[in-house]
Amino acid sequence: MAELVLISTLNGVLFGLLLFLMASGLTLIFSMMGVLNFAHASFYMLGAFVGYQIARWAGFWPALILAPIVVGLAGAAVERFGLRNVHKNGHVAELLFTFGLAFVIEEVVQIVWGKSPVDFRVPTLLDFPAFTIFSTNYPAYKLFMLAISIAIFVALFAMLTRTRIGLIVQAALTHPHMVAHLGHNVPLIFMSVFGVGAALAGIAGVIAGPALVTQASMAALLGPILFVVVVVGGLGSLQGALAASLLIGLLQTFAVSMNLSLSDIFVNSGFSPNPKSVLGDLWRVTIAQIAPVLPYMLLVLVLIFKPTGLFGNRET
Amino acid sequence: MTKRLVTALLGLGALTAVSSATLAQDTIKIAYIDPLSGPGATVGEVGLKTFQFLADELNAKGGAAGKKFEILPFDNKTNPQESLIQVQKAVDAGARIITQGNGSSVAAALADWVSKYNDRNPGKEVLYLNYAAVDPVLTNDKCTYAHFRWDANSDIKMEALTNYMKTKPDIKKVYLINQDYSFGQAVRTAAVSMLKAKRPDVQIVGDELHPLLKVTDFAPYIAKIKAAGADTVITGNWSQDFALLLKAAADAGLQANWFTYYAGGTGGPTAVKQTNLNHRVFAIVEGDANVDYAPSRATEKAFRDKFNNTTIFYPRAFNQMRMLAAAINKANSTEYAKVGAALEDMKFEVFNGGEGFMRKDDHQFFQPMYVASLGDRSAAEPFDEEGTTWGWRTVAKIDTKDTMLPTTCKMTRP
Repeated sequence: MAELVLISTLNGVLFGLLLFLMASGLTLIFSMMGVLNFAHASFYMLGAFVGYQIARWAGFWPALILAPIVVGLAGAAVERFGLRNVHKNGHVAELLFTFGLAFVIEEVVQIVWGKSPVDFRVPTLLDFPAFTIFSTNYPAYKLFMLAISIAIFVALFAMLTRTRIGLIVQAALTHPHMVAHLGHNVPLIFMSVFGVGAALAGIAGVIAGPALVTQASMAALLGPILFVVVVVGGLGSLQGALAASLLIGLLQTFAVSMNLSLSDIFVNSGFSPNPKSVLGDLWRVTIAQIAPVLPYMLLVLVLIFKPTGLFGNRET
Repeated sequence: MTKRLVTALLGLGALTAVSSATLAQDTIKIAYIDPLSGPGATVGEVGLKTFQFLADELNAKGGAAGKKFEILPFDNKTNPQESLIQVQKAVDAGARIITQGNGSSVAAALADWVSKYNDRNPGKEVLYLNYAAVDPVLTNDKCTYAHFRWDANSDIKMEALTNYMKTKPDIKKVYLINQDYSFGQAVRTAAVSMLKAKRPDVQIVGDELHPLLKVTDFAPYIAKIKAAGADTVITGNWSQDFALLLKAAADAGLQANWFTYYAGGTGGPTAVKQTNLNHRVFAIVEGDANVDYAPSRATEKAFRDKFNNTTIFYPRAFNQMRMLAAAINKANSTEYAKVGAALEDMKFEVFNGGEGFMRKDDHQFFQPMYVASLGDRSAAEPFDEEGTTWGWRTVAKIDTKDTMLPTTCKMTRP
């Protein structure tokens, strides 16, 4: 029992921090610009593919630096030439714009790299088990992922709350005219924020690419859960996103390890519905089976009972 | 609003497909209804290439009954509702033969639609050739005359697989992990009952169902497999559910043998290579690139040369199209009832050698099956998979007679 609890906790934390890595850029763009970026997962996918390409030419480490820069520049260009024009038409137009952009990016990636998964490998430097608990290995690469997530959290948090840049960026969201009158270039600020957000997605892509499967549908697989992270954590709250990522990671991991169903709990009640009926199915479904649905259940509950999310101060 | 826009655009795409199709006169039109966008597109695209390759091959020999074959692609996004729209479009475009393979839920919807359509439109009946949807129900309780299946259904595959496993005394603790939908459940049910009958000493230490194509992190599932002490895992998982499961296993250092249905699918060999489980991942197939049979190796080479080293994943599609051509030639007609009658009980030399036959009772094709493992290649194994340098090695061949299972099908004939 202790074994399963310990391993589940470790797995949950690792998965949670991976989620945070991917959600950090999304939450940054939302909290600073108020744009709910549907294309975020697509930037993440783009990061994985660009990273794969650079890794083939120059190795993994240059890819880790260069791919996020490429994706960040692409993000900045999208803001400069697309989103900025759409911005004046309000949030719905922005939402639709990013929604369409997601399809465009996916198509482009499919045209360039094809629809099949590409062989993106963990760098040999990190391709060894870091430690072993109860005969389960933990690869060094996962610890590297964990370290990068924490570093990104600390850096973003410090920048937003402890530096002048953070102050100006925050002020530009609520009082753009005032900030502009004070002599700051507000459109440039927005462009940079969007670029940095996209670059963060790019980093997540380069790091998650070798750990997961690098293919064009990877955006669609992770897109929905990122929104769960951001909404549960509180729209625009970095600490919230971190807490929500860990919560979802642990929730899912522990749920998977539980084979409990209603029929086990009420085993002595003598009630046993027909296994072929709908009730019979519900009666026997285990917690493990519904594990991947739990984050979405959490999303619904949070929206009903605490619409601002765990740490947020704004309504959705 | 966006939804309407998307539908409008899709409609436009389909219209162009239809108009280009009607230009060609008097061909045997085969509508290929499978995912060409979305997560299923990786496999759907390989299938389309295969069918186009086959149409070219058959047309080079003059087609069938004096007519050429033409493949019309329709994108169903692996979605049953979308498939019904697409099949209607296919029929409107003049196709009287449809083929589909990805997803048993889609297959069930199509089989149902086709049999209703045929009842209501005598003289315009549609033939449904299924090359990969393996839910046993399609050739049992829900069988119809219009439906013919070339892939071994999941029970037949499990029958063949367990016939191999019963010869392996080192298998002691088996863990089942499958996708939570009709196919995954069929795999799991068959595995439990067949292992019980053939190897009562084997312990089933876990029986897991997980949601279809929704899991990103399989580490917790692997932790459970480890905790259960399994030495063998059986899985019907495909696509990313297979690749991610194997990657998680490799990360955690799980040392087990894997018996799979779809390790050879797109992306599968890449994931297996990354796990370094050399010849410990097995697949039950109706043929693979390295089967020692000259005609299939020559075709494999031609296929790879044409499609940038893509492997032939669907030997069954070759059996299907070649048999269809043979049936049309035999009937000297493309008429539904005549072609159907010619296919029934047809014996055929299959793609990788050996005889298979289309059983009349349920329209299920029976053929020799192979258990193959992926790993280092010997000199006798010329082909690798997905550029990994690893290739398939046949470890057992199961003869057609050892793959036979009874059917509950009672179909009404025209």
